[in-house]
Amino acid sequence: MNAAVLVFPGSNRERDVVRALKAGSGQEPKLVWHAETELPAGTDLVVLPGGFSYGDYLRCGAIAARAPIMDAVRAHAARGGLVLGICNGFQILVEAGLLPGILTRNANLRFICHLQHLKVERADTAFTRAYQPGQTIEVCVAHGEGNYFADAETLARLEGDGRVAFRYCDAEGNVGGDANRNGSLNDIAGIYSEKLNVLGMMPHPENLIDAAVGGTDGAKLFAGLAQAA
Amino acid sequence: MKARVTVTLKNGVLDPQGKAIQGALGSLGVAGVESVRQGKLFDVELATSDRAEAEATLKAMCEKLLANTVIESYRYEIAG
Repeated sequence: MNAAVLVFPGSNRERDVVRALKAGSGQEPKLVWHAETELPAGTDLVVLPGGFSYGDYLRCGAIAARAPIMDAVRAHAARGGLVLGICNGFQILVEAGLLPGILTRNANLRFICHLQHLKVERADTAFTRAYQPGQTIEVCVAHGEGNYFADAETLARLEGDGRVAFRYCDAEGNVGGDANRNGSLNDIAGIYSEKLNVLGMMPHPENLIDAAVGGTDGAKLFAGLAQAA
Repeated sequence: MKARVTVTLKNGVLDPQGKAIQGALGSLGVAGVESVRQGKLFDVELATSDRAEAEATLKAMCEKLLANTVIESYRYEIAG
C-alpha cells in the first residue's frame, strides 16, 4: 500500500500515523508537505494526521483546508482513492468540503484527552474490514473541538446512507450518554463520504497499536487498509 | 477602501462559548443577560476604490474562508 501522510504547519501526529501505517502494511509511507501540488505517483491512501494546523486560527482546519496540496487530495478522492482524516485531519476534511458538517467546540468546553470506546457501525469498508460489524473497540481521543454538527437534512442523509463510521459508546457497547463527552450529534465519532472512500474521525486509532502503550484495537484499521489498497 | 466583516453563528447552532460567557457575566453580577452569542469581526483594507468590486471581493472572501456557512452567516459593511 502506497500511503502519503500530509504535513501542515502545526501537524503533530504524523509520526504516530507513519508508525501505524508501517506496522499495518510493512511499507514506509511518504510524508508530503502541504505546499506540494501533487501526491506521489501511485498513492493509494492519503492520511491527514492530527495536530493544530495553523494554530487552529480562524476555525480548526480552515486554513489547512485551503493549502495547495488539497486540490490533489480532492482529485484523489474523486477518483475513488482512499483518504483518512484523524482529529485535526477530520476538521480539515470538513472544511475542505470532502465530508459534510463541521466540528465545533466540545459542549463541555473542555479539551478532552482519554481512552474512548467506539462502536464500529459497519465492517464492509476499506477502513473497517478487519473489524466485526457492531464491535466495540478502545482507542483514545484528544481534542477541544470534536463536537460533530450538521443540519437535520445532512444528518438524516448520513444515517440513511449508512455513512456513520463510529459512534461513542461505553465498554459494554452502549452508545451515547456519558460516553459522548464532546456533545456530537447522534454520538458521531466518524463519518464516511458518499462513496465510502473518505473517512474522517476524531479519535486516534494510530495511538492504540501497541500493547505496551494501552492497547492494540487501532491496529486493525491500518491492517484493513493495507489489505484494501 | 476599508470594510468590516462580521461572522456570527446561525440561529439554532449551539454556542457553548457564548453560554460560558453568559454564565460568567451572571457571576460578575451583571444581571438580566438573557443570551450571549459569540462571533468574529474582521477589519479589512482593500486596494480597490470601486464599491462593486469591493463587494464582490468581500463576498468571495466570506464564502471561501472567513465564514463556514454550515454554521455561520456573515455580513459586511464598507466604510465611507
